Amino acid sequence: MDLFEYQGKKFFAAYDIPVSPGEAVETVDHAVAVAEEIGYPVVVKAQVLVGGRGKAGGIKLADDADSVREHAGNILGMDIKGHTVELLWIEKASDIAEEYYASFTLDRSAKLHLGMLSARGGVDIEQVAAEEPDAIARIHVDPVDGLTADAAAAWVDAANLNPAARDGAIDILIKLYRAYVDGDADLVEINPLILTPDGRVHALDAKVTLDVNARYRHDNWDAYEATQVLDPREREAKEKGLNYIGLDGTVGIIGNGAGLVMSTLDVVNQVGGSAANFLDVGGGAGADLLANAIEVVNNDDNVKAILVNIFGGITRGDEVATGIVEAMGRVELRSPIVVRLDGTNAEEGREILAASPNEKLMSEPTMLDAARRAVEIANA
Amino acid sequence: MSIFVDQDTKVVYQGLTGSQGRFHGLRNRDYGTQVVAGTNPKKAGTDVDGIPIYGSVAEAREATGADTSCIFIPAPGVAAAVEEAAEAGIGFIVVITEGVPAHDEARFYNRLRRDFPDTLVLGPNCPGVISPGRCNIGITPGEITLPGGPVGIVSRSGTLTYQALHEMTTKGIGQTTCVGIGGDPVPGVSFIDCLERFEADPETKAVIMIGEIGGSAEEEAAEFIGSKMSKPVVSYIAGVTAPAGKKMGHAGAIVSGSKGTAEAKMEALRSAGAVVAENPTAMAEAMAVVVANL
Repeated sequence: MDLFEYQGKKFFAAYDIPVSPGEAVETVDHAVAVAEEIGYPVVVKAQVLVGGRGKAGGIKLADDADSVREHAGNILGMDIKGHTVELLWIEKASDIAEEYYASFTLDRSAKLHLGMLSARGGVDIEQVAAEEPDAIARIHVDPVDGLTADAAAAWVDAANLNPAARDGAIDILIKLYRAYVDGDADLVEINPLILTPDGRVHALDAKVTLDVNARYRHDNWDAYEATQVLDPREREAKEKGLNYIGLDGTVGIIGNGAGLVMSTLDVVNQVGGSAANFLDVGGGAGADLLANAIEVVNNDDNVKAILVNIFGGITRGDEVATGIVEAMGRVELRSPIVVRLDGTNAEEGREILAASPNEKLMSEPTMLDAARRAVEIANA
Repeated sequence: MSIFVDQDTKVVYQGLTGSQGRFHGLRNRDYGTQVVAGTNPKKAGTDVDGIPIYGSVAEAREATGADTSCIFIPAPGVAAAVEEAAEAGIGFIVVITEGVPAHDEARFYNRLRRDFPDTLVLGPNCPGVISPGRCNIGITPGEITLPGGPVGIVSRSGTLTYQALHEMTTKGIGQTTCVGIGGDPVPGVSFIDCLERFEADPETKAVIMIGEIGGSAEEEAAEFIGSKMSKPVVSYIAGVTAPAGKKMGHAGAIVSGSKGTAEAKMEALRSAGAVVAENPTAMAEAMAVVVANL
């Protein structure tokens, strides 16, 4: 789950990482009121979950109420790479002496945490990594040991930051590591991490991605979830407990297991169709979840055929079939359903389907046959 | 022969008293697996259909000689369960549970790497391992397999593993062992751990490797295939049509920037001499050709 900058800054502040004082606002009047309160100059920043806000004109400096009014009015409603700006972050402007980059994420090859620190901040770090790989100081952190003060100091020295930033950077990096681990983040990134002319180091931006698998131990994530930008189909699916991603094709896809569903998308594509969605009912899906899945896909106007591709392991074929029958009784099917069922209790499942004949329900023996049939219907 | 497990493997199920654990534990026993014990501190002294329940893995191991564990308990308890099994001297730990936080996985993986370097964890979020006709640990439907080899299978995806087994069996091609390594960011057993063992296993003559988008495990495996493997490898990578930046179900399956794309993985495997198929059916057909020419 990706956080907005304002949420990321609150997340950082909870771990004592210094950020600029500010507030999130939805209207021009509120923006002016906040600016008056924190004092000029302020920065007006568009809150969207996409990079390149500055270049798109979504970040502006304002010296007085009139200019806050002007910039806030321009930025609210602005389209940045397909994201509409509905929220602004107003914060006290900082004097910047130098800009750095800092982040923690998992290095999946080494199976250790990876910290990256660079004196070249404020720009696209992937570009720095490609052009000047030596300008990024990397550190591997063993999760059992954590980031020690000595290791953090050596890391900061290796990055050749301004000596005036040394102590402040070490302090922030130790706190950032704690936020990353205790906060169950997949990624924490500060770009830029700044040094002010009077020698303070603080986070001018915040990029945080949280691991949704750790949701159960963070009650305060409710607020983050409430603001997630989802298309209406994704919102409905999420409410029903489904792992769904909206796409723009015409074949609605339901399967069990991420790999099989991805593969089904690929096969549909190879036989001349296009997927309307990715929907993984996961392991051990019961009849009710299957019925919900069919309902969500059936509600998508673009869908012309539904392809249910199940290979049961922990998921049982009889449960899947019961769910399909249940869905046919509960909702008006707008498109035919092509079912391919194999694996655990598949035979029982096929019998359940055969006992409820419906002109919109058809079975195919293999994944490839089922994909061909669904694509043929969708493209007709 | 088989890799990791065989008819002599004795398994303790952590979570045998839960509904999933019971269903699959008993299925595994029906298949012929030596399911010797279950654990549940609150139900020690009871049994699940004749399988004794102990208060801890250490007690279960002491009483039954279990050398392998299979974990079915919910995600919040998985880290402690893995460490408990390792501390009890279990050498091979299979974690079926999905939804384990990445930080928990990173921590117990490194704890074991340091304190129990000979202990292997398969998973989390995997279907387990099956050596057809000998031993089935996890949730793979045993009836879709065919004993006797000559093909070994390793996959990041559970259901694609079943797909591969099913396609091989339908063609009359047997399997030595089939390992699902799981789709999480920090899997214990890697592609390379499996490829190494298949290369050394005299009964395995060819290997199917199924990958997916995200991470660089397939690229690392390709390097191993190119430099260390003499046996033919047929592979398939899922997720060619997955859009960048969207997590496709598995926590590990995401294309970020230019990294982790299916194309890059397929290219690496092709360069290493593996046959790369465009879908599971084509993969099975390619393997049938390989087996016919062995």
